[in-house]
Amino acid sequence: MSHLQINNLSKSFGGLSAVLEFDFTISQQELVGLIGPNGAGKTTVFNLITGVYKPDQGKIYLEGKDITGLPPYDICKKGIARTFQNIRLFNDLSVLDNVKIALHTDVPYSLSASVLRLPSFFRGEEKMHQQALEYLKIFGLDTIKDEIASSLPYGEQRRLEIARALATRPTLLILDEPAAGMNPNETKELMELINWIRDEFNLTILLIEHDMSLVMGVCERIYVLDYGQIIAEGIPEEIRNNKRVIEAYLGEEVG
Amino acid sequence: MQDKKRTWGKFILEVIFLVALFTLVQYLITVGILNRYYQINLTLMGINIILAVSLNLINGFTGQLSLGHAGFMAIGAFASVIMTTLLDYPFIIGIIIAMLAAALAGFIIGVPTLRLKGDYLAIATLGFGEIIRVVLQNIDYTGGPAGISGIAKMTTWPVLFIAVVVTIVVIVNMINSSYGRAIISVREDEVAAEVMGINTTKYKVLAFVVGAAFAGLAGALYAHYFYIVKPETFNFLKSFDILVMVVLGGLGSTTGAVIAAIFITVLNAFLQEYAAVRMIIYALILIIVMIYRPQGLLGNKELSRKSFNRIWGGKHVSSTNK
Repeated sequence: MSHLQINNLSKSFGGLSAVLEFDFTISQQELVGLIGPNGAGKTTVFNLITGVYKPDQGKIYLEGKDITGLPPYDICKKGIARTFQNIRLFNDLSVLDNVKIALHTDVPYSLSASVLRLPSFFRGEEKMHQQALEYLKIFGLDTIKDEIASSLPYGEQRRLEIARALATRPTLLILDEPAAGMNPNETKELMELINWIRDEFNLTILLIEHDMSLVMGVCERIYVLDYGQIIAEGIPEEIRNNKRVIEAYLGEEVG
Repeated sequence: MQDKKRTWGKFILEVIFLVALFTLVQYLITVGILNRYYQINLTLMGINIILAVSLNLINGFTGQLSLGHAGFMAIGAFASVIMTTLLDYPFIIGIIIAMLAAALAGFIIGVPTLRLKGDYLAIATLGFGEIIRVVLQNIDYTGGPAGISGIAKMTTWPVLFIAVVVTIVVIVNMINSSYGRAIISVREDEVAAEVMGINTTKYKVLAFVVGAAFAGLAGALYAHYFYIVKPETFNFLKSFDILVMVVLGGLGSTTGAVIAAIFITVLNAFLQEYAAVRMIIYALILIIVMIYRPQGLLGNKELSRKSFNRIWGGKHVSSTNK
């Protein structure tokens, strides 16, 4: 069974159809890339999958179950986590608290236990503290756990966002331009990290990326989106030589 | 282990401080140093602290601008007076009913309005606050615009003290937990919070209901100190007064709210004789604070032993002490 299956998904804003009759499927532990020129509708697809937007038509199935139109927090609890193109951290909070918030879906004590400071509260807080630290360690952020999130350099903010997404314990991780603004070296490290977390956490990963070397290097399969529609799908080799893809990116051949 | 010891040590210190404070004031009242005038202001101070700390939960921590806090105070005041004065129940029942009634009102008002954002929410809550007042003015059972008088004075120093401590402890403990972090995440970034699995509507309503319940408590204490309760007391200006304390102290700082509530109460007491210039001075202070310290006196930080050490360059406390 496919991990995520999307049938005939459409969304328009006013008269503009951002995503049109979008079909998509991803298997367990597959690493798939979604590419396309600016404004092709990639982020809209992500927003539809995670419930930030409601689709006009079409269905989304997670492990065979219909999740179309559910609120984002429900979709998160069902196992889909994401990062954002323009990083959305909890800016005034510490690095540690950012991750702890993501752990809240599994909070190990009740509200009354926290008000009355029962032993279960202290045990639960200690557990959450340790769990959050583990996620930070994976991304080398544990040494700066008390820093305020907005004070971190760009690359670390990107890594923190992925750590936070992982802390919701997803089965499907959606990364929206994870390497945006990174230099080639950082991008390479990030790719290794993405591969590593996929194996470590048995994740299925879907990512949007502009950096072609990154997409071609790491993705097993690629979907190409242009004007809200899939124009090509296949392994990196096929995509590289696909005429329509080249046209979409570079314009039609002249002369 | 070290952390646990420190937590206990801190807890014992706090208890000692509270007992000492309580005993000192009780002693001063008994021997008559704190006369009636001081006692009135002391009561107002306690009530203002409860109001400011509870509104700060909604405005400061959840980031939802509510302008209807006096409305919940009114519901608490009238609900408690109906129980004690009209129906002859003991004060504690009056307080409990006051908090429940205000919480229920908070829930009924919160569910539809908390979908609104920013200015729209502010206007909606302002409207609801006024509706509560106007409805109370038109209910004959509670005396209409004249309200209810002849209420027994039951808000004594011990009652006030316990109410203030309970309010602060409940709200601080709530904020410093996973539930509090969920509430703060709504303020920080609603979309991100929602995608991280936080049901933002639920936590907004939770903060609104808890805040309203404590406003109801403040209303009950108020009604049972001043013998009389009138709907007009809880008009928009009262809501505004509470908002000023929260903004002055710093949105998202409980200690800031407490300090601002004390400061505003003392200021009001001093300016009582100069009623004409009172509002002018009040406004001037606000303008000055907004120009030079727009984040409020404490911003969203808390005042603690650590901050004193920082200010006076004392020994550095290890960063794990939080």
